[in-house]
Amino acid sequence: MSALQFIWFVLVCVLFIGFFFLEGFDFGVGMASGLIAHSDGEKATMTKIIGPHWVVNETWLVTAGGAMFASFPMWYASLFSGYYIMFLLVLVGLIIRGVSFEFTEHAETARGRHFWYRVFVAGSLLTPLALCIIFFSLIQGVPINASGDVHAGFFDVINWLSVVGGIAGVLMSLIHGLNYTRLTTTGILRERARNLNRYLYPLLFVGEVVFALLVIFKTDFFTNKPISSSLIVIMIVLMSLLGTWGTFKDHEVASLLGSGLSLAFVVILIFNGLFPRVMIATNPAHNILIQNASSSPAALGLMTIVVCILLPIVLIYLTWSYYIFAHRVPSKKATE
Amino acid sequence: MVTLGLSLLSLARLQFAMTTIFHFFFVPFSIGLGFLVAIMETIYAIKKEDIYKKMAQFWGKIFLLSFAVGIVTGLIQEFQFGMNWSNYSRFMGDIFGAPLAIEALLAFFMESTFIGVWMFTWDRFKPGIHALFIWLVSIGTMLSAIWILTANSFMQHPTGFTINAKTHHAQMTNFGQVLGNPQLWRVFPHLILGAFVLGAFVIAGMSAWGLIRKQKDKQFFKKSLRFGLWFGLVASIGVMIAGDFQTQEIIKDQPMKFAATEGEYENTGSPASWKIVATFDTKAHKTTHEISVPYMLSLLAYHKPEGSVKGMNTINRELRQKFAHNKSQSIRDIKNFYVPTTALFWSFRVMAGFGALFALVALVGLFFTRPKNNIIEKQRWFLYIVGLTMWCPFIANTAGWLITELGRYPWIVYGLYTIADAVSPSTTVGQLVFSNIVFFLLFASLGGVLIYYARQTLHKGLDAIDGPSATQKDIPTADPFAKEAFD
Repeated sequence: MSALQFIWFVLVCVLFIGFFFLEGFDFGVGMASGLIAHSDGEKATMTKIIGPHWVVNETWLVTAGGAMFASFPMWYASLFSGYYIMFLLVLVGLIIRGVSFEFTEHAETARGRHFWYRVFVAGSLLTPLALCIIFFSLIQGVPINASGDVHAGFFDVINWLSVVGGIAGVLMSLIHGLNYTRLTTTGILRERARNLNRYLYPLLFVGEVVFALLVIFKTDFFTNKPISSSLIVIMIVLMSLLGTWGTFKDHEVASLLGSGLSLAFVVILIFNGLFPRVMIATNPAHNILIQNASSSPAALGLMTIVVCILLPIVLIYLTWSYYIFAHRVPSKKATE
Repeated sequence: MVTLGLSLLSLARLQFAMTTIFHFFFVPFSIGLGFLVAIMETIYAIKKEDIYKKMAQFWGKIFLLSFAVGIVTGLIQEFQFGMNWSNYSRFMGDIFGAPLAIEALLAFFMESTFIGVWMFTWDRFKPGIHALFIWLVSIGTMLSAIWILTANSFMQHPTGFTINAKTHHAQMTNFGQVLGNPQLWRVFPHLILGAFVLGAFVIAGMSAWGLIRKQKDKQFFKKSLRFGLWFGLVASIGVMIAGDFQTQEIIKDQPMKFAATEGEYENTGSPASWKIVATFDTKAHKTTHEISVPYMLSLLAYHKPEGSVKGMNTINRELRQKFAHNKSQSIRDIKNFYVPTTALFWSFRVMAGFGALFALVALVGLFFTRPKNNIIEKQRWFLYIVGLTMWCPFIANTAGWLITELGRYPWIVYGLYTIADAVSPSTTVGQLVFSNIVFFLLFASLGGVLIYYARQTLHKGLDAIDGPSATQKDIPTADPFAKEAFD
């Protein structure tokens, strides 16, 4: 494995972290709008707090996918064709969720608006669920043939770990979204978000224990890398504790960081466990390795230069865009 | 297994066609409208006339609708390479990947950040600064087109690569050549100007419908109509010149594509005559009926009244010879290099015919709306024509895209890799049937809802821009990073 290949493996991981940290609260706000926003005005407030950001948050996934295609075409090809139906569901979720923002705004009637609000909730739930199922099923190993094609059956994709992982991912996104709601609204929504999270956090800890046990028994993460895997799991729990503390003590920034970073550490757990593989085959001889899945050194080198120039610029204006919208949106009863 | 005559390949191709065509309604829509809205807002920033602000806000609302659908269908496009064409992704990853990654970092982030900023900050920045945001979005949409076309141009005319002897995958050797691909710089102006035509006629056409309804915002729609027509005239003349410029490259690079758009099976004499309409026997590779204009094809192809054009039958023989000793068995197996002649022939005529129509409609419209004697409202018949012309650029753009993509049959990467080899080996017919149905339903409903809401916005007229996306009146001052958040 060359240094460039390693850098790109880390970069793909970083892009997925960016996606789950940022779009994670978008998904959460979407799901939460079905739970804590009762009136039209409250629902409008929920979409307003992520309105300026959701497109760019979703861009992290586009970029992660593009970077994967660019740096590890064999990985991209095997993963996307192998998880065909699951990626179709991810797409459906992202599509209906994406258009619901714009369409809600154009809807004239209450019925129309409510329809798109429901679509928004459904899309926000479906996408993280399907994505987490993909990730947690692939770390257990799937049938891959010598040319790298995945022939996964139903139970390769849907099983205990993937379903529990999927639900945990949805729960973590929901909590993250509620923390974001607490930070960016005032009034009743902020209170409801906090109250709901006080119930959800205990539930999450139960989920995390079950999840950790399943990872221990269903994957080779703890046999191959006992120390790093354990440390990461501890970090996930610690970050959840930080979020809980922030919820009960009303420290909202701490809560948001806690829930975001716990999502980030889940991504790190997966990438750490995969290393030095990118796809785990049930027959270890067919594992797809970083070493033989990547683009040529020339292409990787070129892209590294591009990233070094462009990423800092992107991060600067991204931060700026969050800065100019850094104000609380009041929970309103009235319809717009 | 019962396949009902459906093969993996045909289903994957159907899906690609469906997705590309649908996505490509919104790409030029966003590029064209974004650019026009940017110009409107710039005029407002300079002249400070309120009507230009209203124009930017109103057409901006339509732009946002198309942008949202464009984004989500673009996602499908990206995922589809991995899902349906995994062997293609493996073959092309080295070359396709870099432009795609650069597109995301350079263009997507810029577009998506600043569209959010632009939408919600009308009353927070000075007009000049706020106009800058929409320019960044507009430039982003065009940069995005450059990078996608870089990848597509490689598929039309591979340059700057070598085939890895061990893996048989394409490998980049010279990024300068990939980026300097002659096809790229000839297709880009054509595509961008086509997008401008579309944007211009959407504005002109919707304004015409607004005037037909005789609603209150007459001045606004008249102004928009004239704005759209001016822009449409310039862009439609430009698109024809750019198209001619591009054709010169295609004659050299992909003679089969060119011969098919002209429906020439046999080598023509010199001077060559141009078929206005024709019917073909594609099995026997013959033209059955035709009406043609003498000299015209030589003029079109070589800009002089002489010169013959090579026919498809000759080109097919040449290509067969060229690939007879290719290392790849599947390439050697190809017996025919004919492209879908009828589709290409008619696509070209639809595209070029509409191109001429756009210029004509724009000219007549500019005459009726001349400032000294604006009689457009009395010419209701003409308003209907402009209103209907609005749909034509969508068809013309699709036709152009069909020529580009069908014209490289049977190749996915011209001369290197076939469509048949590119398809994902692990997908099943069932998965593809299912996903085709899902995508079809999604596209049909997205398109329907979009048209419905665009129409509704039009009927509301300027009242539509008082919504929350135009102005955010209730900006609170609380700061989430203030002390209370940490308390």
